Amino acid sequence: MRMPAPDDGVIARRREIIAALRAIVPGEGVIADESELRAYECDGLTAYRQLPMVVVLPSTTEQVSWVLRTCKEMGVKVVPRGAGTSLSGGALPLADGVLLGMGKFNRILDIDFANRCVVTQPGVTNLGISNAVAHEAFYYAPDPSSQIACTIGGNIAENSGGVHCLKYGLTTNNVLGLEMVLMDGTILRLGGKHLDAGGYDLMGIVTGSEGLLGVVTEVTVRILKKPATARAVLIGFPTSEQGGDCVAAIIAAGIIPGGMEMMDRPAIHAAEDFVHAGYPLDVEALLIVELDGPAAEVDHLIDQVAEIARSKGCCYSRVSTSEEERLSFWAGRKAAFPAVGRISPDYYCMDGTIPRKALPLVLHRMQEMSDRYALRVANVFHAGDGNLHPLILYDANKPGELERAEAFGNDILRLCVEVGGVLTGEHGVGVEKRDLMTDQFDEVDLDQQQRIKCAFDPDGLLNPGKVFPKLHRCAELGRVHIHKGELRFPDIPRF
Amino acid sequence: MTVTTVKPDSAVQAADAVRWALSEGTPLDVAGSGSKRGLGRPIQTACTLDLSGLSGVVAYEAEELVLTARAGTPMAEILPMLAERRQQLAFEPQDLGALFGQPEGQGTLGGVISCGLAGPRRISAGSARDHTLGIEGVNGRGDLYKGGGKVVKNVTGYDVPKLMAGSFGTLTVLTELTVKVLPAPEDVRTLLLAGREDAGAVAVLTAALQSPYDVSGAAHLPAAVAARSHVRAVAAAGGAVTLVRVEGFGPSVTARVAALTEELGADAVLDRDESRAVWKEVRDVAYFGPSPASAGEGRGGGDDSRHVWKISVQPSEGPRVAESIRWALDAELYFDWGGGLIWAAVAPTADSATAIRGALGTAGHATLVRAPEDVRITAEVFHPLPEPVMALSRRVKESFDPCGILNPGRMYAGV
Repeated sequence: MRMPAPDDGVIARRREIIAALRAIVPGEGVIADESELRAYECDGLTAYRQLPMVVVLPSTTEQVSWVLRTCKEMGVKVVPRGAGTSLSGGALPLADGVLLGMGKFNRILDIDFANRCVVTQPGVTNLGISNAVAHEAFYYAPDPSSQIACTIGGNIAENSGGVHCLKYGLTTNNVLGLEMVLMDGTILRLGGKHLDAGGYDLMGIVTGSEGLLGVVTEVTVRILKKPATARAVLIGFPTSEQGGDCVAAIIAAGIIPGGMEMMDRPAIHAAEDFVHAGYPLDVEALLIVELDGPAAEVDHLIDQVAEIARSKGCCYSRVSTSEEERLSFWAGRKAAFPAVGRISPDYYCMDGTIPRKALPLVLHRMQEMSDRYALRVANVFHAGDGNLHPLILYDANKPGELERAEAFGNDILRLCVEVGGVLTGEHGVGVEKRDLMTDQFDEVDLDQQQRIKCAFDPDGLLNPGKVFPKLHRCAELGRVHIHKGELRFPDIPRF
Repeated sequence: MTVTTVKPDSAVQAADAVRWALSEGTPLDVAGSGSKRGLGRPIQTACTLDLSGLSGVVAYEAEELVLTARAGTPMAEILPMLAERRQQLAFEPQDLGALFGQPEGQGTLGGVISCGLAGPRRISAGSARDHTLGIEGVNGRGDLYKGGGKVVKNVTGYDVPKLMAGSFGTLTVLTELTVKVLPAPEDVRTLLLAGREDAGAVAVLTAALQSPYDVSGAAHLPAAVAARSHVRAVAAAGGAVTLVRVEGFGPSVTARVAALTEELGADAVLDRDESRAVWKEVRDVAYFGPSPASAGEGRGGGDDSRHVWKISVQPSEGPRVAESIRWALDAELYFDWGGGLIWAAVAPTADSATAIRGALGTAGHATLVRAPEDVRITAEVFHPLPEPVMALSRRVKESFDPCGILNPGRMYAGV
């Protein structure tokens, strides 16, 4: 993984830059000591590490504005960071860059049940929002697996999702308003407690922009009333094809479950060995389908789902009869990653989306790759929306295995694109999938995306080296290669 | 001015047409069926780019919840195709034919997304932008490019499709769109509460939306508006009508209607057909359309000289904003989105925009949806943006269309 070459001129001015930051954020808000910087050297993608030049931890929007403006004036790159749980290296520091940590923005500002929204600072955790409104039986719907730790600001940067997302949408579908700061220090407010922001959907382009367009300093999210009940059904199939067919048939029947997850045999065995959830061990695919809503609806649909499963040849089916049993169904799925961690020294978690109908083909091809790379793979899968999470098992202490695991992972993601899917469904591109972007987008597509970047950050100082495989200068992207009279199209019919 | 119409029949031809326009320095009026010409600021261009030739569904796979169609595909083709598989566009695209006194069913998919049109289910299912997964189109440089993807879950690169929704053709000539489709509800019922004042009605709607019963429509029609409904139970209520919609599987709808009736009270429960009819009226702002002779008694307000505004506000502020508008102007209005959307038909005066936006303050935004062309030329049709947001919007426009040839000025001067 190559990052943009550090600018020695900037590094030479390190003391001057630190002094400028200390003038904005006093005291412990600026970290320059190497041992303390170590805590920031990577995010959730620990394979890549880099000490930042300096860390700054502002606590007000004005400080963020001054930090960014000052960095722009001094020509210094900035990497924004929430809790650092990104799995794609989105918050990987730069040797010649300032790491802007948003952890001090940790207060919920307004809980507004009448308008069904919460105004919060970005450093509040995803689960913290749900907890703050739980006493009125409300919650915030998007539920990334890291929700206990990840921040809502980071969720916006990555457009995070989770098990609930098929029914309740991603972050982008649940954000009403933002306050953000551009690289030149400009403070903007988009949207608010009302619906639709007016003008261009700038909030839509900022959400999921992986920290390349601006730094979010305040967020308004919508909250929902908790469903009255939730029940889950565990369904086992002799083949993954039948599992996939069952998922398609449930959707075709008009049922959108609150969660629909699938595991393959290796993942089932690892999870069962770890948490003893009572999973069947003689099936090739295990589905967990959760239905939530009013009791009458859930009871009605769970029968339908069980019937569909039977018609698709399931060999195991168990409906939860208590909250405890429902949670036990999920315990295995939620522990699938650490469970796989127990059977392999290391594992590499991939993230791509496919059209669901391609699942049998993708699983088959993945097995071929597994044989070719001589590395095992276990699969957990957001079956409802086609978001795959293959876990590639390897041992970092064996020479060459990490590289083989990465090559295997890249092949899987290319396969996702080949069958009509995309490189990432929820982890983001970051540095991890940056160089694969050309597999999904051609140069014209990427140039247009980078021109959007230029509208927000013309000097390219915000989180460079992430998402885009090639850095362009905005001036170069701005040229229009059409001249008068050069092109005419007399064959186009005119009326 | 002689107006040339260029009608490409492929995306490549559309790109050729944009490059031709660019080389000639000729701005383009980008249009599908032309049914939404009345929306936005009028533009004067010597050339119209007619996308109605880019028609047809490219792929529809119900199990994948995804439909891809060329931009000029009529909604009248898409909606029945979805209905056949018991699916729908869950954001409930509006059909503004009734409001503009035109035939219904004229719009295209590209037009619906470009204008960001969403109906009552906006409160639960999101807007057009939330269902736009992928696009292909031609930017103002003549480049044919794509953004987003063709699966329901994707965070690869910038979410360009979101930016297209509600951009009124000013950023890209859309040639193909991929949208998320969802199951259509098996059944629908509507609680009707009669005689509530605005504030009391919005309190009922708030209680409904705070319940766990998945309310998918929450509107309030003051007496004069309710009287224009085609739905007998609504018109005959003899006063204001507050409506709460419940959709889904049969047993679920029955249970939820019972629970809501117990919690909120109800003077009547509208059946499936009545529900569908009244929410279509609410969705399409039919109450403020002129009364075509064919539509029969009660249809429309019969006064198309009134300017119609769409006002988005935080729901709790809806009654206050409505009261301020009524105090300042001769206005008829009704509420959707639980009080968060006010549709207002106001008698034309020079200062109505100022009065409406003054009533709103910073609590939301107001768009002039129907007014004669000479008014829309001078008025700020879209809500004025704070200067930093406006400046950024201009730069975003330039990033797609540096020479300003796509629908110039349709949204804001210079954009």
